[in-house]
Amino acid sequence: MRTLTVKPKPKQQVATERRVAPERQVVPRRRPPTKRRRAARRNLTAYGFLCAALFCFALFAWWPIVREVVLSFQQTNLVDEPSWVGLDNFRTVVNDPAFGEAWRNTFVFTLLALLCGYVVPFAVAVVLNELRHARAYLRFVVYLPVMLPPIVSVLLFRWFYDPGPGLFNQALDAVGLPTLAWLDSTSTALFSLVIVSTWMNLGAGVLIYLAALQNIPGELYEAAELDGAGILKRIRHVTIPQTRLILTLMLMLQIVATMQVFIEPYMLTGGGPENATVTVAYLMYQYAFVYGGNYGAGSALGLMLMLVLLAVAAVQLRLTREEK
Amino acid sequence: MPNTTDRRPAATRTIVSPLELRSRRGSRIYWALLTATVTVFTLVFVFPLYWMVTGAMKTGEEIARTPPTLFPESPDFSVFADAWELFDIGTLLRNTLFYAVGAWLFALAVDVSAAYALSKLRPMFGNAILAGMLATLMIPPIVVMIPAYITVTDVPILGWHLLNSPWAIWFPVAANGFNVFLLKRFFDSIPNELLEAAEIDGVPPWRVLWSIILPISRPILGVVSLFTVVLVFKDFVWPLLVLPDSEKMTLSVGLSQTAGAVTQNQIMAGLVIASIPMIIVFFLFQRSIMAGLTAGSLKG
Repeated sequence: MRTLTVKPKPKQQVATERRVAPERQVVPRRRPPTKRRRAARRNLTAYGFLCAALFCFALFAWWPIVREVVLSFQQTNLVDEPSWVGLDNFRTVVNDPAFGEAWRNTFVFTLLALLCGYVVPFAVAVVLNELRHARAYLRFVVYLPVMLPPIVSVLLFRWFYDPGPGLFNQALDAVGLPTLAWLDSTSTALFSLVIVSTWMNLGAGVLIYLAALQNIPGELYEAAELDGAGILKRIRHVTIPQTRLILTLMLMLQIVATMQVFIEPYMLTGGGPENATVTVAYLMYQYAFVYGGNYGAGSALGLMLMLVLLAVAAVQLRLTREEK
Repeated sequence: MPNTTDRRPAATRTIVSPLELRSRRGSRIYWALLTATVTVFTLVFVFPLYWMVTGAMKTGEEIARTPPTLFPESPDFSVFADAWELFDIGTLLRNTLFYAVGAWLFALAVDVSAAYALSKLRPMFGNAILAGMLATLMIPPIVVMIPAYITVTDVPILGWHLLNSPWAIWFPVAANGFNVFLLKRFFDSIPNELLEAAEIDGVPPWRVLWSIILPISRPILGVVSLFTVVLVFKDFVWPLLVLPDSEKMTLSVGLSQTAGAVTQNQIMAGLVIASIPMIIVFFLFQRSIMAGLTAGSLKG
């Protein structure tokens, strides 16, 4: 702080002397435009500061969105001039037998991941907020998997899911339960992916909810208690309304995050068995980078996913606006 | 937020009242709940990591044995050296560190100056630009991965080819609407009087930013830095696409590429080594990470 106040002061005298002198010659002649000119100069400086960010955003955030729309109506191999093909790309992906499965899997995955990744963290946060001991340990431990690179979690769980010496089947066997095929069966594969995904992301939600819960004034609970509200009623009438804003926000963030599930099917199942774990993002990747560079079809899928997410965002905006 | 005026220090009163907690039944339930939570958390979040570390130290024969052993019979630490060699972790780690540090410096420079311009210089269309930056948060990067990849292979107008170049990581990381938003919100809270005084004295804007704003903004800079570094360390799909050269790969991608060709205990050893940097970061910067999560949660 000291450098902050002391340093600029000596400069100040030098600066004023230097600046006042030349301006006296110019200013009297053109008084009216100075205000506008000052604004112009201000804008120029501001855009000077902004230009690097504008460059990055334009190239890697805004342009790709436009390009996706364009690409989805084109056939291109990145070498020859792209040709316009109308709705052909959309026809290709819709007729792909995996198309329906990919959407169904993505929706089921999102739904299950929301159950595990949205409801559970809130419940965990509510419990943690009540505990007076071991809080630091619990907070640390729940966030630990979030810090790990996802590839670590995914490869670790691939080993756990191993039908032979895998930890999960060993554990089931030890307590006398029937073992599961985990990633190898159409009925369990998708759910196995949800488990990994939940394990590695749960902590972030818990900590965010915990922060929100700590901001609830205790008087509200006291008042509710005096009115004879039991614990469940206190949760329903105080805890949830007080955290509603964050709950709705997190709902959207979760949907956006889970709809783009990729690394789990990519590393664990390769979309199988029998397309049981093909997701839209994974199918898109396959079109562009596995099936020999069908960027148009991939972009068509990406555009569809983008539109779905924008619809989710629109609903979300609507909801929060109504709250206010 | 309606409750800011009467907010009390945390942990005064929660759903269960202290009175209920002190009652005989209350305290019994409390201790049962605490024990259950600690046990379940340890089992769910710590045990898998324990299994990973001990799995690495088991022999190939022991790791495949049923029923499994809880402790490795003769812990073998040489597997970590093997994994280091096989995965070429030295190169991978060096690459990842280089991308992370570069992304940190570049993203901070770009986002801080953008947030400063939007917050304090307030140019024409500033709000529209901010809205445009925030709008990109609605669209996850994976949705536009194909056009973004094509942009990297041939940057429009400029004609650059950025495959296998660190800029393929650094440019997109800097285009982070959330960071700009966090920084702008913090800068907004710095009183304008402080800057006006400097402005009247003729201090140029870049000096205002450097000597007045940045020193005050240390906490938020810490948060943004951490998030950027962690993001680069954790990212998988994007480096998989844009850094295909095995000499240029990141740790995550390198591990995934070699995992098929080595034994299970070597994979686990590789994963342990890959986890260590992030766990150290977590130990050192726990407080800032928690602060950052809270800052993010107030976004609504």
